[in-house]
Parts: sequence; C-alpha cells; structure tokens
Amino acid sequence: MPDKKEVKGVIERISGSLVVAGGMEGASMQDVVHIGELGLVGEILEVKGDKASIQVYEETSGLMPGEPVVSTGEPLSVELGPGIIEQFYDGIQRPLELIEKAANSHFISRGISVPALDRNKKWAFNPKVKVGDEVIAGDILGTVQETVVVEHRIMVPFGLKGKVTKIESGEHTIEDVIAVLDDNGKKYEIKMLQRWPVRKPRPVAQRLAPNVPMTTGQRVVDAFFPVALGGTACVPGPFGSGKTVIQHQFAKWAQAQIVVYVGCGERGNEMTDVLLEFPELDDPQSGQPLMKRTTLIANTSNMPVAAREASVYTAITLAEYYRDMGYSVALMADSTSRWAEALREMSGRLEEMPGEEGYPAYLGTRLASFYERAGRCIVNGKDQREGSITVIGAVSPPGGDLSEPVTQNTLRVTKVFWGLDANLAYQRHFPAINWLSSYSLYTERLDAYWNEKFDDQWSGLRIEAMSLLEQESQLNEIVRLVGIDALSRDERMVMETAKSLREDFLHQNAFHEIDTYASMEKQFKMLRTIVDFHHQGLEALRKGAPMNKLFNLPVREQIARMRYLEEKDINQIDALDEVIKEQINGIVPVGGETNAA
Amino acid sequence: MLPREYRTISSLSGPLMMVEKTQDVRYDELVEISLANGEKRRGRVLEIETDRALVQVFEGTSGIDGEDTKVRFVGKVLTLPVARNMLGRVFNGRGEPIDGGAPLIAEQNLDINGMPMNPFSRDYPSEFIQTGISTIDGLNPMVRGQKLPIFSASGLPHNRMAAQIARQATVISGHEDFAVVFAAMGITFEEASFFMEDFRRTGALQRTVLYINLADDPAIERISTPRIALTAAEYLAFECNMHVVVILTDLTNYCEALREISAARKEVPGRRGYPGYLYTDLATMYERAGRLKGKSGSITQIPILTMPEDDKTHPIPDLTGYITEGQIILSRSLHRQGIYPPVDVMPSLSRLKDKGIGKDKTREDHADLMNQLFAAYARGKEAKELAVILGEGALSDEDKAFAKFSTEFEDKYVRQGEYENRTIKETLELGWNLLTMIPVKELKRIRDAYIDKYLKPLLDAKSKTE
Repeated sequence: MPDKKEVKGVIERISGSLVVAGGMEGASMQDVVHIGELGLVGEILEVKGDKASIQVYEETSGLMPGEPVVSTGEPLSVELGPGIIEQFYDGIQRPLELIEKAANSHFISRGISVPALDRNKKWAFNPKVKVGDEVIAGDILGTVQETVVVEHRIMVPFGLKGKVTKIESGEHTIEDVIAVLDDNGKKYEIKMLQRWPVRKPRPVAQRLAPNVPMTTGQRVVDAFFPVALGGTACVPGPFGSGKTVIQHQFAKWAQAQIVVYVGCGERGNEMTDVLLEFPELDDPQSGQPLMKRTTLIANTSNMPVAAREASVYTAITLAEYYRDMGYSVALMADSTSRWAEALREMSGRLEEMPGEEGYPAYLGTRLASFYERAGRCIVNGKDQREGSITVIGAVSPPGGDLSEPVTQNTLRVTKVFWGLDANLAYQRHFPAINWLSSYSLYTERLDAYWNEKFDDQWSGLRIEAMSLLEQESQLNEIVRLVGIDALSRDERMVMETAKSLREDFLHQNAFHEIDTYASMEKQFKMLRTIVDFHHQGLEALRKGAPMNKLFNLPVREQIARMRYLEEKDINQIDALDEVIKEQINGIVPVGGETNAA
Repeated sequence: MLPREYRTISSLSGPLMMVEKTQDVRYDELVEISLANGEKRRGRVLEIETDRALVQVFEGTSGIDGEDTKVRFVGKVLTLPVARNMLGRVFNGRGEPIDGGAPLIAEQNLDINGMPMNPFSRDYPSEFIQTGISTIDGLNPMVRGQKLPIFSASGLPHNRMAAQIARQATVISGHEDFAVVFAAMGITFEEASFFMEDFRRTGALQRTVLYINLADDPAIERISTPRIALTAAEYLAFECNMHVVVILTDLTNYCEALREISAARKEVPGRRGYPGYLYTDLATMYERAGRLKGKSGSITQIPILTMPEDDKTHPIPDLTGYITEGQIILSRSLHRQGIYPPVDVMPSLSRLKDKGIGKDKTREDHADLMNQLFAAYARGKEAKELAVILGEGALSDEDKAFAKFSTEFEDKYVRQGEYENRTIKETLELGWNLLTMIPVKELKRIRDAYIDKYLKPLLDAKSKTE
C-alpha cells in the first residue's frame, strides 16, 4: 500500500446514515473511515473542499458534532483466504457468529470490530510449486482443503511475479508467510491472507462466450429459459410470487462449484432458513451438504441501510476470488431493488438531483457495472484455468409494475428474464414463471450443447412444446368467448397437451423431496413423453378415436406422476412410450372410419 | 454532561423546529420542550449540524413560539420503562398510563428503537399457532415468530378478526405463558373501545398491554407508538420468556404520519409522496418479530392496514408485503355475500407455512390437502367465471363439479362464526369432506397414500348413503 497521511477530522453534520465531517483535507473518495468514539465504520461518498460526506454502515444514533473522524486511507476491502466458505457474513464481511460472541447478545450492537477470517486457525498448506519456479500473478502456489468439497487455491496476488525462493508446506495460519518471491532482486512475502477493494473488479486474462449451460434442476428454467455459466439473469416479481423460493432453489440445485448467496435488505428469517437448511441438504453432484460450497452474506432489512449497498459488492468480490481459482461460481442476490433503494436513500441525503422516481441518475450505470462482473473467462495464471460467475438477481418491483427504473435498468443488462406472475402464484402454480413473457437469450447457444447430448432431439422438443403453450394461450381467448366446444378436435388435443405441459412439467413443487430437483435426463424424458402422447393422440383422433376416452386413458395418470420418480428410476419413463402406443391402439376404431366424439 | 436549556428556536414548520447555537447535542437524542404556559412536550433530534439541531416534536408545534419556549436536551435517546406488570394496563401512544392506575415501576428502561436481531442468532419459526380460523389454520398457517399482516380496507371486519385471533390463538402443544401487546395508531375511539371491551369481556385483558394513540391524538406521536409497543413486546418475550402476539393497527395512519414529517423536511418524495426510506422504516418494525436461539419466548406480529381504494399495489401494502412473511387479504365481495371472515383465499399467503405443518406438527396430509384445496378452488372460480359468460351448459362435467365445490368451499370452509374456534383437525376434516365432490383423478396434488387413508373412507361412506 502506498503511504498515506492519516486524515483526522470532526463531525459537522449528522442526518440518518449520512455524516459530514470537516477538516478532512487529503481524504480520498471511497476511503473507509472510523467515526466517533465508538469507531463506527463508514465510507466516503463525496469530497468537497475539506468536507467529506460519509455513509455510515452502522446506526448513528448518539453521535455528536465534534466527535472525531479518522480515515484509514484504504478503500472498502474484503479479506480473501481460506475460511470464507460456510461463513455467514454481514454486508461488510463481519462474521455474524463472531458479532454475536463479541456483543454477547442476540442483537447487533455497534462499533464491533471482528476479523473476517480466523487468524488462529491452522490450515494444511499443500505447495504446488518448487523453489526456483518462475510464477506470474494468478499462478497457484499451493492448495488448502477448505471444506470437504472445496480445494482452496492460494494464488500469486495481482501485480506480483518472480522466482519462488521459499515455499512452505504443512500447518499454517493465514498470516504466516507461505512463499517468498524474488522479482529481480525485489523480495515479496506472500501470505494466505490477501485483501481486495470491493468496488474494483478483479482482472481476468480473457473473457469467453457463455455457451455452457448451468443447470438448476428447475424444469421451466432448464428446458425453456436456461441460463449459461457466466450468464446473468433476473427474476422480477411482485411480493408473494415466489422470488425467494426460486433463489433458494437455485442456491440449492444450481450446478455450480461455489455458491455465494447475498440477502440484501430482505427478511432475517429467510437467511436463518438457509443457514439451518443448507447443512442438512445434500448437493446432488458431490453428495456433501450444500453448506460445504456456500457462503452467505446477510444484510437484512432492519440492518443499517448503507451496509446494504456494500453487501452486493462484498459478495461479488468473494465470487471473483473463487472464480480466479478456476471455479464456477453462482451468485444469488435477493434483492437488488433493496440495494437500489439504499442508493436512493443515500443520494437523497446527499441532496443530489434525483432521476426517475427519486433514484439517482447513475442507477443504470451502477447496475450495469455490477452485472458486468459476471462472465465466463480464462483467469490469470499460466495454466489458463477457466472460471465463471453466474449472477442471478431478484428484483422487487413496487406493485409488480415492471416499468419502474430498477427493473428496466436491470433488463437492459441481463440476458435471461424470468417474469414471475402473481396470477400463477394465486393458482399455486409454482415456480410462477410466466412461460409467455419470460425469455432467455442463451437458448439457441445452449441448444447446441443439449442436442449433442440428446441425439439432436432437444431443440425440436423444446420448440414444439413452447409452440403448444403459445397456441393454448391463443385458443384460450376463443374458449373464453365462445366455449370449448367451438374448438376442432385437433385444437382440443393442443389444449389437452398444453395443460399436461403446464401441470405435469412446468409446475414443480420445491417442497417435495423428489420433485424439487430434476436432472436434465429426467426433464428430457418427461418432455419427450408428453410430446409423444400429443403426436400419437393427434393421430388417433384423426383416425376417429373418441376424444373423451383418449383424454382419460390410464397412461395419463402415469404421465402426471413422472415427476415423482426418483432419479435412479427415470428409465421407467422410457417404457411409457410403449404403454401409450398400446392404450391408444385400444381406442382407435378398427378401420378408422367411425367418427365418434 | 449537564442538560442545557435553549431559547433559540429559529424556525417552526409542521412538526419540526430548528434550535440554534446548540452544543454537544447527540443525534436521535430526546428533547423536552417547556411552553410559556407550562405545558411540556417531547421531541427527538432528527438532524444536527455543528451549532444547530432539527427537532421533531411528538405532540406537534402548535403554540410553540420562538421566544418563550424552552428546549432542553436530555442527553439520552427516548426510552420506555418496562416491567412485567405492564400486563393488564392501558397506556397512551407515548407510553404513559391512561387507565388511572399508578405509574409503572420500571424494571428496565429500554431504547424504543431496539437493535437489529442478528440473523445468526435467530431461531427459525416453526411452531404452529392454531387461530381457530380455517382459512388461516388450514390454508395459510401461522407460526410463532412470524409477521403476518391483515390487508383490509375501509368497512371490512378486520378488527373483529384481529380480536378473534388474539382471543383464540394457541399452540397445540399446550398452554404456555402468552401475552398480547396491542398498539393502536390513529384509530377512532370507537374502534379502540371495541378492542378494550372485547379483551375485558373475554378476560384477555389481564394478559394484554395496550398502547392507544387515537385519531385526535398528535399524528407525530404515532411514529413512536409501534416502537414503544414492540419494545414492550421484546421485554416480555425475551426477558420474561412469554409468547407475545403484537397487533398493530392501523399501519396506514402510521405511514401517513411519516409522510407528514418527510414533507416537512422537504425530502425528495418516492412513490405517492411517501419517503424513499419507507421500506427501511417499516422493516425496522416488522423485523422485530421472531424467535431467538436459546430463548423460549417469541414475538408474532399481526399488523393491520387498510388499503387505500382496496389497492394492493399502493406503497403501504406493497412494501409491507415485501417485508412480512405473507399476508391475509380480506375481500369486499365475500363480505358483501355476508361471509365472515371474508378472507380472500387466493392472494392470501403464509410464507412460513411449510415449516409449521406436517407430521408431528399438524398432520402429515396438511400440505398436500392445502395445495389441492387451493388448486381446486382456483379452478372452480375460473369455471364459474366461464359460466357467467357462456352459461352453465358450456361447462364440462368436471368443471361443474369444481364450480359447485368452490361455492360450497366459501360457504362451509371460509365462513365461520366469530366465536367459532375450530381445531386444526376439524379444519382438515372439513377440507377432505369438501374434496369428495371432485373426481379422484383430478386430485393431482395429493399423494396416493393420503387419498387412500383420508379420502377413501369418506367416499365409501358417501356411496353407502347414496
């Protein structure tokens, strides 16, 4: 760190979470400061002459003009090193468990300073380089088994390179020097503990196109509106439409190696839920508890507003750190609207000129630069590792009105839109993702991937199923006007299949032990069976099979129950093909001439 | 530090006053104001600069003048004296007794703003509360530590329903220390006396604390009333280990008072003139519900708000819905049909239901039955709408069955007496009985095992009688 003169000022004005301090010559934008006798943490938002406007990450009540303000001379940073996974942090990376211990209370008191990472814990460091090796920034010096599933890779910090002159092995704390580099005579000591400013994206070597899917086990998402590794997605919806449940489902079943979940201005109980549930649930890929790959960041709605603004940056910086190790990381942010509101509140207190609905004019840029930190890329380091960050942001539009600024600015940068629909939620159709309004710009790219896996059948199935649903919505208009009897027999079949798609495929019960997750194989088989019934049904109707009998065939019961088949039994779905054929043959009149309805 | 007195009020506007030449004033500090005629008022510091302070006066600024009014900074934030024998007492919106009884002897003085609960220290609410109301217990089950608001509108019986919940709420596991904290914000004398009378008559008063801010009390006082009530609730729940239900009514009046202050401060307004921080402000109250690890007490919140123009997208219900764990919505159309309680089943929701129900909590079939009732009712209502346009003849036989089901459902399941206390078992049985009207193959949301166990006997009995 460059030497900085310590800047010391005094409080001149206090208004909510905004403090203005005088005598702050030499302070830089975004420096972290300690405020008052309690030493509350804050960040400089604006500098005017010797006055600095500071957003305070803790409750300001009891502060007084004249109390000291001391700048640390450093921007808001996170600590990086083993011990991040399985942690439960607040918005500025303080472990909530340690806050509880330090405060000796179930409530969060102020001015608590606890280290983000345990300084005393010893980790078994396993070196990957030898003395004499030349290394560059991003190269892996060694590894630490952080949890059963996560191998933590200690990398050469950015800006450093050189020849390894010393490398340790065995039990070390994060503050022990584990390697020494020699860069043309300059010596650098490297520890496991590193720091990075949260508002500065960590650099990568090369960015890649997102053409590998990230499956989520959610049928409506994976089949119709998929997200790619390194992609960005948003889930806007009115309250009660199931945003949080969907985010939890993604956090549980997304095919990512690391999950960072940030609860930003949301309910305390939801975070507690995750905290209690994740250690109990097993990851379908590793068979280990989900918590072993998860880190949680909570700034609940009753915690100070300013730290809410910081929490998403803390989260994405941690995500970038694991991406740099070569992992696929999924970041869930619930909800970005609360983050935008925190921006708006600070902007209002700074008396900035408001843009739309009181949000600051820079809302769009801030959102865009946050989502832009997602991506699939080759990270730094000689071995050209590949890593990715997939960002899924929930948006809470007021009154479910998607025309509001946060949703609109988010839609401009994200590539997948899962529109939640209150009407579907009322009908208890979950996930309440509206299949007509949602979209994914990754669909075509990912079709190529799945077609390869499923013998070129995938994209055809997907397109046909979607077109049936589309036709249903048009036919529904007619039904509403003139009744179902006005439809032709073919159209009735379309309606019937679309209903089956909705009820037997799109609808998925997050709280059912089996239905909660469906592998791609299962989804493919299910979809194929439903569409197969449609084809054979149409054929049978044209041959004169009675419609009522067709729609009430016993095999339809089996189709409806496919979702409850365990993953090991999904081959049973293949057998349904034969059953459909047999039962339909049973009702097609011999000769195919009668035209009974 | 000695409290200092000032006579340096420079400006007055709405509920706000600016005091000049102040020294050593703390943010959020309590302020005592003595008027020339001897009247005393209280306020709090909203904003301070080096030599002046902006004060919000709880009782309003009328009658305050710039010359003779004395302002004293107390040196501490607004605290509430609390004690276990608050139970059975009635206080005003500032926490002073108004029932003619002796002043409270404080066991503790607590900051009314409380402190945020550490999410790590929370215990997940999972204990089912039986309210005796089928639409809540059966379809939107409430658990201890939940915050479940009632979205109502003018003219609907939300007060009767809240009183019924306060009266009947119990846990299946047995009777434990149970208390009700009731905070009224800007409601009429008539409404307040309805609650007091009901609590008195049913004997609930001795386990109730009431904080009453009436419609003609100062609006600004309403800002502290719910916080005072929640502070009392936290004391009872986490110091006295009681299970506390907090009823807050009417949040719409609270938000209007907040808007008044915001407007007086000339802040940039958000939607419909409400301040941009309305969400955060409401959250600091609603989030005070919950359970804590290692503590046997709990705070369950039932805030009541009236939706202006029955509009669910109005900022107050909207932001509330984003913070609370579900909502019970009352329907004007059911009320018109004479159905009490007029709970609009479709948009109502309890987010914590899944944790509170099932085997060993209510009954194994509860979740499936609940989902099926919802789905069937939705389909029935759709069918009825269709029948309105096309006539009943256009409906398929199945749709007819669903339509009939939905009518019966409203009549038998939703409708119940104000003093009818249904056990959860009765509610579940009622649900199964109604499902006998629907063909079994349409019951896709229920596991076969439960259909065999619970529905088949009913169907057999039905076919015998036919």
